[in-house]
Amino acid sequence: MIMRNTQRTQKIAFFFLFLATLLIVIPVGMIVVIIFQKGIPAINWQFLSDIPRQGMRAGGIYPAIIGTLYLVLGAIIFALPIGLLAAIYLSEYAKDNLLNRIIKLAIVNLSGVPSVVYGLFGLALFVVFLKFGASILSGSLTLGIMILPIIITTSREALESVPQSFREVSLSLGASKWQTIRHIVLPNAIPGVLTGTILGLGRAAGETAPILFTVAAFYLPQLPKSIFDQAMALPYHLYVISTQVPNVDEKVRYGTALVLLTLVLFMNLVAIIIRYNFRKKKKW
Amino acid sequence: MVKFNIKNLNIWFGQIHALKSVNVEIGANEILSIIGPSNSGKTSFLRMLNRLNDLHPEFKMSGWLEFDNEDIRKINIEDLRKRVGMVFALPLPLPLSIFDNIAYGVKMHGLKRRDRVSEIVERSLKQAYLWDEVKDRLDVSAFKLSGGQQQRLCIARTLAVEPEVILFDEPCSGLDPISTAKVEEAMLKLKKDYTIVLVTNNVKQAARVGDRTAFFLSGELVELDKTEKIFTAPSDTRTDGYIRGKFG
Repeated sequence: MIMRNTQRTQKIAFFFLFLATLLIVIPVGMIVVIIFQKGIPAINWQFLSDIPRQGMRAGGIYPAIIGTLYLVLGAIIFALPIGLLAAIYLSEYAKDNLLNRIIKLAIVNLSGVPSVVYGLFGLALFVVFLKFGASILSGSLTLGIMILPIIITTSREALESVPQSFREVSLSLGASKWQTIRHIVLPNAIPGVLTGTILGLGRAAGETAPILFTVAAFYLPQLPKSIFDQAMALPYHLYVISTQVPNVDEKVRYGTALVLLTLVLFMNLVAIIIRYNFRKKKKW
Repeated sequence: MVKFNIKNLNIWFGQIHALKSVNVEIGANEILSIIGPSNSGKTSFLRMLNRLNDLHPEFKMSGWLEFDNEDIRKINIEDLRKRVGMVFALPLPLPLSIFDNIAYGVKMHGLKRRDRVSEIVERSLKQAYLWDEVKDRLDVSAFKLSGGQQQRLCIARTLAVEPEVILFDEPCSGLDPISTAKVEEAMLKLKKDYTIVLVTNNVKQAARVGDRTAFFLSGELVELDKTEKIFTAPSDTRTDGYIRGKFG
């Protein structure tokens, strides 16, 4: 009798655990299905390569795609070197003292700051104080700061996962600490660093709030010509045509969402492939 | 000629007093074996000689440690490690090809000429009795080699930078008897040109290859004498107990 009770309790527990897990899959699946279903009819060559026409109710979203790519590229140029160098310092050189503990705490907190706060910060620092204006430069720098903690944290993990014994061998052969980092630690950490960077970029591509005040244009008839120009961007464009412009065809909105979603999913896919290939090749 | 002159050496890792008032002289071209149970301080002693202990964040030392009549702390650390090479307990190839593993040290020391590097790689692999087994596949990953081959690769890699002293830290602990015999053979031949300090868990190995043998226990150097003396008539009862296998 006791046995049967235990069995039944176990079955009930498993059922609820499974149900909870299933609940995670359902919204993800539904988002993808609905966006694809409603967005696919809008996707054609003109949609991807033309400028918006008739008050953004027709034409394409080419400037927004290009704008997002510029912003993502700008963010990586800024955030990857700084993030990687900071990660090297923290993982290889930093001693466990008060200053370094404060730095680590700051990084953790930086990743918890709401994205709209980054937007306001970018507006105050880059747009107003440094007089970059609303521009690709300001937007890229703001997005770069936002993804710095992601890049630093994943890069640190990648560096620290390189076995200590490799460092000892290199040092024992008379190589300097920097040579050891440069020739042994970094090459083996690069795939992890790349994975983190791409995940950060996926986040940067999808955010609206940080670019709202720093770069995003409501509508531009031509592409940006320099880093001091404003640009359109996919997330903000989606917001505009969904809330600010009346009578936009539903399929245009879902088409835009589909392009954005595909871009972000594609980046995540690349990150997964890099990580998978590295794990397969890993030799220790 | 004295290579290392160590007087009243004490070291700590945080609260742990790992070596207690150790006094040793290590002569040129001798093989000094160091035996003792785990946690006796023998590896900590070995890692003093190329200052690898400095990597520990809470390492402290007191006492006197001279290499070629020079305070070891005053020697540039990269130069010291170039002159005092080390072979680790487990075979630890770097994630590079066989060739690049051997060439790593000299390249880091600034040797650029490809033909000179190739010469050094060939000479070092021959010295470690590995050349014939790998000469046709120098560009494959060093991880493709067997455990015994990897350990001889590590010896070759250490030899390539032409050290004066080689520290062996339980070099055969992961190897089968045949590979062990090959490594020991290499050590005996190397004695002619190098000073060797061998830490080993294998008492018989110390008896086979050491000119002198030191017995460490709980961070103290209990006894240091000619190997025959240690193994036939040790003066300390603890040494006697250890080599007879009564503890450890």
